[in-house]
Amino acid sequence: MQGPIGARLVQLVPTIFLVSIIVFALQQLMPGDPAVLLAGESAGNPHVVAQIRDQLLLNRPLWVQYLHWIDGVLHGNLGYSWRLSEPVSELIAQKLPVTVQLSVMAFLFAVVIGVPAGVVSAVKQGTAWDWAANAIGLSGLSIPNFWLGIVLILVVSVDLGWLPPSGYVSLARDPLRSIETTIMPAFVLGNAIAAILMRHTRSAMLQALAQDYVRTARAKGLSETRVVLRHALRNALIPVVTLGGLQLGLLLSGAVLTEQVFDIPGLGKLVVDSVFNRDYPVIQGVVLVTALLYVLINLVTDVLYAVINPRLRGG
Amino acid sequence: MRSFLLAIGLLLGLAGPALAATPADRTLRIGLREDPDILDPTLSGSYVGRIVFAGMCDKLFDYDTKLDIVPQLATGYTYKDPTHLILHLRPGVLFQDGEKFNAAAVKYTLTRDLTMVRSLRKGQINDIKSIEVINPLTVELVLKAPDAALLAQLAGRPGIMLAPDVAAKEGKDFGLHPVCAGPFRFVKRIPEQKIVLERFKRYWDAKAIHFDKVEYIPIVNSAVRLANLQAGALDLVEYIVPTDVPAVEKDPKLRIAMDTSLGYNGITFNVGNGPESKTPIGEHARLRRAFALAIDRKALIHVVYDGLYTPIAQANPPSSQFYVPSVQPPARDIKKAKALVAATGVKTPIKVTLMVPNSPDLLQAAQVIQAMEQPAGFDVKIQAMEFASSLAAARSGHFQAYMIGWSGRADADGNMYSFLHSGYGFNYGHYDDPKVDALLDAARRAPTVAARRAIYARLWGIVAKDMPVIYLWSPKNIVGLKKTLLGFRQVPDGIIRLQGMRFAK
Amino acid sequence: MSAAVGPIAAPAPISPFRLGLRRFRRHRTGMVGLALVLGFIAVAALAPLLAPYSPIAASWDAIRLAPSLAHPMGTDEIGRDELSRVIWGARASLAAGVLSVLMAAAIGVPAGLVAGFAGGWVDAILSRIVDAMLAIPFLILAIALAAFLGPNLRNAMIAIGVTSAPGFMRVARAATLDTMTFDFIEAARALGNPPWRIALRHVAPNITAPVLVQATLSIATAIIAEASLSFLGLGEQPPFPSWGSMLNAAQQFLTQAPWLAIFPGIAIFLVVLGFNLMGDGLRDVLDTRRRG
Repeated sequence: MQGPIGARLVQLVPTIFLVSIIVFALQQLMPGDPAVLLAGESAGNPHVVAQIRDQLLLNRPLWVQYLHWIDGVLHGNLGYSWRLSEPVSELIAQKLPVTVQLSVMAFLFAVVIGVPAGVVSAVKQGTAWDWAANAIGLSGLSIPNFWLGIVLILVVSVDLGWLPPSGYVSLARDPLRSIETTIMPAFVLGNAIAAILMRHTRSAMLQALAQDYVRTARAKGLSETRVVLRHALRNALIPVVTLGGLQLGLLLSGAVLTEQVFDIPGLGKLVVDSVFNRDYPVIQGVVLVTALLYVLINLVTDVLYAVINPRLRGG
Repeated sequence: MRSFLLAIGLLLGLAGPALAATPADRTLRIGLREDPDILDPTLSGSYVGRIVFAGMCDKLFDYDTKLDIVPQLATGYTYKDPTHLILHLRPGVLFQDGEKFNAAAVKYTLTRDLTMVRSLRKGQINDIKSIEVINPLTVELVLKAPDAALLAQLAGRPGIMLAPDVAAKEGKDFGLHPVCAGPFRFVKRIPEQKIVLERFKRYWDAKAIHFDKVEYIPIVNSAVRLANLQAGALDLVEYIVPTDVPAVEKDPKLRIAMDTSLGYNGITFNVGNGPESKTPIGEHARLRRAFALAIDRKALIHVVYDGLYTPIAQANPPSSQFYVPSVQPPARDIKKAKALVAATGVKTPIKVTLMVPNSPDLLQAAQVIQAMEQPAGFDVKIQAMEFASSLAAARSGHFQAYMIGWSGRADADGNMYSFLHSGYGFNYGHYDDPKVDALLDAARRAPTVAARRAIYARLWGIVAKDMPVIYLWSPKNIVGLKKTLLGFRQVPDGIIRLQGMRFAK
Repeated sequence: MSAAVGPIAAPAPISPFRLGLRRFRRHRTGMVGLALVLGFIAVAALAPLLAPYSPIAASWDAIRLAPSLAHPMGTDEIGRDELSRVIWGARASLAAGVLSVLMAAAIGVPAGLVAGFAGGWVDAILSRIVDAMLAIPFLILAIALAAFLGPNLRNAMIAIGVTSAPGFMRVARAATLDTMTFDFIEAARALGNPPWRIALRHVAPNITAPVLVQATLSIATAIIAEASLSFLGLGEQPPFPSWGSMLNAAQQFLTQAPWLAIFPGIAIFLVVLGFNLMGDGLRDVLDTRRRG
């Protein structure tokens, strides 16, 4: 896991290369003719369909198609969406901020709920508090995202009329509306992460509370709150922080279903719609970018871990 | 724990000012059932795309609520003879970039439709041999052969006129910022989020326009679409599912506008497309007739569509001029169905695989049909498929029976030709009957509606015997809108025309 | 209790595993989880006896009835008894969870064992493949696979199995590397055992515990994944029920018939909770590293 960052960066190259091949292979495996879907209501005319196939190079051998695409990518060109004619890079630039906003808000939710809940349950181990925090944590892990989303829309938006049921307003245009439109999906997305954070905080806290320096602090007559917050929590947070980084990487991909349910126009919705429309250049582009983000976040997390964790540096 | 409560509190606190959704300016927000494809009238293939074009782009002709063809950018037409069509153009019309609309623009646009690589319009106006500019306001279309459906095409996407300078400059990127001669001009599009148009002040019919902005917002999930309408975030939703109608009607602020559509849904059998047509149901017309007799269309529509859709046994709905009243769906008759099955000598239960695109309502309908077929001796296996996969399977012949719908065209040809004529793309089962082909071709050349209807009546007789397709129902266009939105005219093609619509003061 | 349960030289030790199971019996929440899981397995197995109605018999004059005495969970969109469908749906969901995870383990564990044991370029190649697969959003991978294989329950399971395999590979590889540092491996080498024998006889038993924990937790994820795939229309085929496909159908009737979404959702929640509790319990008693 350690080792110089340079070596790790070099390792990314084959990984991303493999991702590109897997994605390319996968979409070839998917049944469905992009040309027919593009023709839409005009697919009744065989000449129209044949011409589209021709223009999209769909009649050429696979390796030609792959090389054509990879050549573009290496020159910084992710190609054009077949369905929308927009440059894929532009689509991604439009959608990425949405998904990032959603993920960051979800992550904030997760931290705000998960860490304190973990601390409380560790400090009050064995009490009703502990039990309740555990129950919340486990339910977060066990409730399917999309179901929670549906139920929330039903209750909060339809019955109570408190929040818009779906849609998205960008942060730049109207911050308040933007938060209104993303708060429910962020909660849905964040609650599972909250559960994971809570559990890790709890076990890290329990470990920290059993350490000598905590006992020493107690013996010095420091107040319990001070002991918990100043000494135990600080150490317990080290693994939690790095774990958080990992979860952030997962969030990007976890947004797929949530965006679908709440009709949030982010990367996840873009890629699912592109799969259903067989818009290959978009699928390829999005997966490539998310994969790159994922491995980069992993790398940063690993480096952070090595930097923060003194034990690892020693060993 | 405490912070969890805090988070909930935060949630509640923020909820206060949530939905003061009535904007100060006159913006109309329209909910679409899906995101349109490219906004280039020459390249566009999606149904909802046509709804957006109606706000942006005027056509040579349009339909009124009775589906009669009425003038729009053309003021009228005359047939010199069956292969020479003269179009008279409206004077004083400007494109949204200031270019003048004239005969040259018509020639440019139709030529683009006919020649552009990937044009989806080519097949629709293929009968045009040449386009002659007679004078700035008169165009003559010379046809290869008489084409009864041509005017209808010019009232559809091929009739949309594009600003020639912009189209020539932008080429295939025209769809990223289209410029036409309609009431609203394109401002921006964020794919899967919204399409924004603003009022074009020099629109030729500006007095009919009462909004400053129009936003088209695609929302795929029907429940979410409805919730947005109820919450006031949308002013009009172009499609409400039938089971949601009571919810809209219960809402004091909303109303439903419902009318017949042009489309239909049915079951297409694989009767000749590859080895998978060699099944009992593919080989015996009598089995297909028995299959049809076992379906109670009324009950099916009652269960799945709250009884709102119309049972049919032909490709054209009752609202169409080409509807043949004598062709009526038969009542469910299990005895007769069993007799037909017995006559073929095929051993029951007869296995039939029914491929269904996985939209919830179609799956529901398929399951109802599955239950209805059992007593007639059919063991129906449902094969739900993601839409694109089902299309691929259908075209390559990997199916026995395919449940699929069609959005419909005002002219019957658009509902029949590519579906029943041999060698055409929507004829998934490769139904091939020379008599049917000849009738379809003859109908294209027939001079009057009555003559065409008579030809179609004969055609339905053959189709009812061969049963390559079981026509089941014709959907309704169900629009949900605010009661304060006035002047909405419902046309059976489902396209939302903005002319004459306004908010109550 | 000491962490060093690993035997020193004995080739076939009393597995740490047995010991753990004995401890598991005293683990309260773990046992609750086990009870939940066994309960649902019983429901699935006894579905024909438990379900008051046929799960596929439609009744067109009883569509979307609210819960009542005759139909405790109401009826669905074509008039089938919702309770009976939830009961029968347990079969699809449990099968999806358990079988797909078995498949994932069958692919991932040997791969991880080989990677950890062989090291070098074998490890490098396998690890890059795993990295690549983990870097592609899980659902995209699963959707593409399910679309390719054709949507039905078996293929959904294969898709979930294939996409969960990298997780197992990582766990098995890490556990293998861990085990390799133990003295008894050195000892076995010194005695001249061939590598394959060491891998199978000495390493494999010692990675069982973490793999088992990974398995129970993965089952929970897999059940949700099946529901997600069904939700997108890529799971069990109608008319047969799975909880995910029931939710998918229910989506349309959220306001008119919310019970159609509530009950399958609760069923998923409970069974996943069961597996999670069980997994936690197992981790507490088996995972030696974390007990340090």
